[in-house]
Amino acid sequence: MNQLQNFTKGFFKENPILVLVLGTCPTLATTSSALNGMGMGIATTFVLIGSNVVISLLSKFIPDKVRIPAFIVIIASFVTIVDLFMQAYVPSLYEKLGIFIPLIVVNCIVLGRAEAFASKNTVFSSLVDGAGMGLGFTMALGILGSFREIVGSGAIFGHKFIKGDGVLVFILAPGAFLALGYLIALINKLKRT
Amino acid sequence: MAKIESSFKNMTLSLTLISLVASACLAFVYQVTKGPIEASVLNKKITAIKTVIPDFNNNPDSEMFRLPTGDGDSLDIYPAKKDGNLIGYAVNTYSTSGFSGNISLMAGFRTDGTIINISVLEQKETPGLGTKIAEPQFKDQFSGKNPADFDLKVKKDGGQVDAITAATISSRAFCDALQRAYKTLFSGKEPNVTTTASVPDLSQHKTISTLN
Repeated sequence: MNQLQNFTKGFFKENPILVLVLGTCPTLATTSSALNGMGMGIATTFVLIGSNVVISLLSKFIPDKVRIPAFIVIIASFVTIVDLFMQAYVPSLYEKLGIFIPLIVVNCIVLGRAEAFASKNTVFSSLVDGAGMGLGFTMALGILGSFREIVGSGAIFGHKFIKGDGVLVFILAPGAFLALGYLIALINKLKRT
Repeated sequence: MAKIESSFKNMTLSLTLISLVASACLAFVYQVTKGPIEASVLNKKITAIKTVIPDFNNNPDSEMFRLPTGDGDSLDIYPAKKDGNLIGYAVNTYSTSGFSGNISLMAGFRTDGTIINISVLEQKETPGLGTKIAEPQFKDQFSGKNPADFDLKVKKDGGQVDAITAATISSRAFCDALQRAYKTLFSGKEPNVTTTASVPDLSQHKTISTLN
């Protein structure tokens, strides 16, 4: 597989949300607006790139039997770094995402990529894989967040363009499931034709 | 190089090393971000005070004091001064009767008890319904009102506050928080509104006000 394919697979062929359906908990919870969804996506991308690179660097020195705890320590460190930096420099976004930033530690995508890709591949391809997967995740969250924000509150990136309240259910939890369902159905339809 | 074998020694060694390096990195990042985090928390507080009391030039944060609410808790009070004269108080108040979670407000009062403005610091109300407590259409009805002759209850409960449609609980909680702030600040006593230079009876803090 060349590096370009390695990078682009995260967007469509193996998109973590739309195709693999991994990490849906933060997806459903944080996509109530486009900005929140993309903020979450970018934070996860940073963690993915960092943990993929470090894990592929260290993969020879981590004995197989303790690989999961070792991966989790590395991932948790990156998440804490992101958490502290967001708290310091983007406090308003940090407040909105709240508990879901620390919860990136248990996001299936991060551990999934560490286990399935980074521990078996070179540092550079792990970096590319992390970036591709992370940006694919960000893209899916951005689309979902934009859709929910437009339909639910008649606004995009906080700019209101439809007067009135919008379809409230799309801002609430059930709307997240509905919107994600529509999106996955659409992707499946596109894949088959 | 071959992968190292999963012997007890190797496992202990690699996990210890990884944890050590990770904690060193975190300690470093913590040191770097500590200042900015404190600054952003303080900045948020000052911005909130500025929205509720428009015109002051002291540092209310350094003169902050606490007053007991009477039910076992206490509230942070920030006195706002213009050229040394007390013009009002910003009260960081809260209500536990929100629809989901606590509601935290910053409320600005003149020295005679008139509400200047209110800023919502924290709420987890239903998006699109209860979250309207933070919007001007709702909270501006309190501006310029004095809780001494303005009943801080929603109309459904016999008060004078227009509740938000379909969000009576959130509106009630908002009033509850305001009432708590007012009661705490003026300790249940009617503030003296007859004299112009009225200062509420905060005998234990008088030293602070007169010193400045």
